[in-house]
Amino acid sequence: MKIVVASGKGGTGKTSVAVNLALSVEAEQYIDCDVEEPNAHIFLKPGHKRQQPVELLVPIIDEKKCTYCRKCAEFCQYNALFVAGETAMVFNELCHSCGGCKLVCPEGAITEEPRQIGTITVSESSGMSLVYGELNVGEALAVPVIAAVKEQAVDEGLVILDAAPGSACPLVETVHGTDFCLMVTEPTPFGLHDLEVATEVVELLTVPMGVVVNFAGIGDRGVYEFCERKGITILMEIPYDRRIAELYSRGVPFTAEMTEWRARFTELLATVETMVK
Amino acid sequence: MKVAVSSTGGSLESAVDPRFGRCSVFLIVDTETMKYQAVPNSSIGAAHGAGIGAAQSVAQLGVKAVLTGQVGPNAHMALSQGGVQIYTGAFGTVGQAVEAYKRGELRSASSPTVGGHFGQGGRAMGGGRGQGRRRP
Repeated sequence: MKIVVASGKGGTGKTSVAVNLALSVEAEQYIDCDVEEPNAHIFLKPGHKRQQPVELLVPIIDEKKCTYCRKCAEFCQYNALFVAGETAMVFNELCHSCGGCKLVCPEGAITEEPRQIGTITVSESSGMSLVYGELNVGEALAVPVIAAVKEQAVDEGLVILDAAPGSACPLVETVHGTDFCLMVTEPTPFGLHDLEVATEVVELLTVPMGVVVNFAGIGDRGVYEFCERKGITILMEIPYDRRIAELYSRGVPFTAEMTEWRARFTELLATVETMVK
Repeated sequence: MKVAVSSTGGSLESAVDPRFGRCSVFLIVDTETMKYQAVPNSSIGAAHGAGIGAAQSVAQLGVKAVLTGQVGPNAHMALSQGGVQIYTGAFGTVGQAVEAYKRGELRSASSPTVGGHFGQGGRAMGGGRGQGRRRP
């Protein structure tokens, strides 16, 4: 089973919830899909790491064959190609690697070559496989790196996927094809706003979801009222607790010391299993 | 000579749009006769690479120069490679900008005058990454 931990809003405690859940239920694998700022490995302190590049194919135009007909530039929806007069240019970082320019070129002047945009790391921690991706600085496309880390997913056992904040392409890529989405939010107008947007996206992907309210006790009742109205189950509340914050500040998953929480995460998983069936 | 002016509307009285890639209209003006043609900028809503798309459009129209307020890195690279001269600092109406150009009062931009995403406004402004590079 694949469970995504997402939120919409940043800083609600996605990674904390994902790591503590994974450790409590002894998940098979943890995949950090926040390829712009992966940080689950700070909690999980992995050992030996294997790295591999993530590459995208980008077009190379052979100007000896190019007749500057502009078909490639007209085809490209991302304006990654510019052709004018006797000039043909490729703006690599706008290229989404669809390969269309190569197909439409009547002269066979376009070939493709790989260009590295990031790296994925495969490692192990606490008997669990840990995978995370890193998008190179200055690169625009997180989705291919997320796809690359997801490709490492094991078929058997429980896989926890830690999503990036936000509700755009990275969330869609992370949630697509998974079994359940755990939305971590905070009970504030900000948490509510972003939860509303993110749940709308996950609904469209037809992935069942539930909510974890973190920092419970602060803020207002908006998140609770929203969940009730939408029929979204609140699976857990984690209090606004100084001890949790202190453990976090030292990079320690709180279930490592507050062991009574392990049973609660195990219960949460059992509930999720019934919701998926 | 034909020049393209980034414009907010379809006449010589329209105000110059300081943005190149995301202006509403390009006014293609013959500097001798002041006859003009208004061409809507199809890149205005482009999610990515509006400057390159706009450069592609004006280069195809056969203009020799672009008069605008600011030009970003990708548009600058595309226009200069495409043999289109770039003049920045244009303001007022399109007609006034063309007159200023004819009097030699506009700056020829040998490098981008703003970072990428200038025309998108908001926090992305000035976040450019230089030639041939850009954020989503």
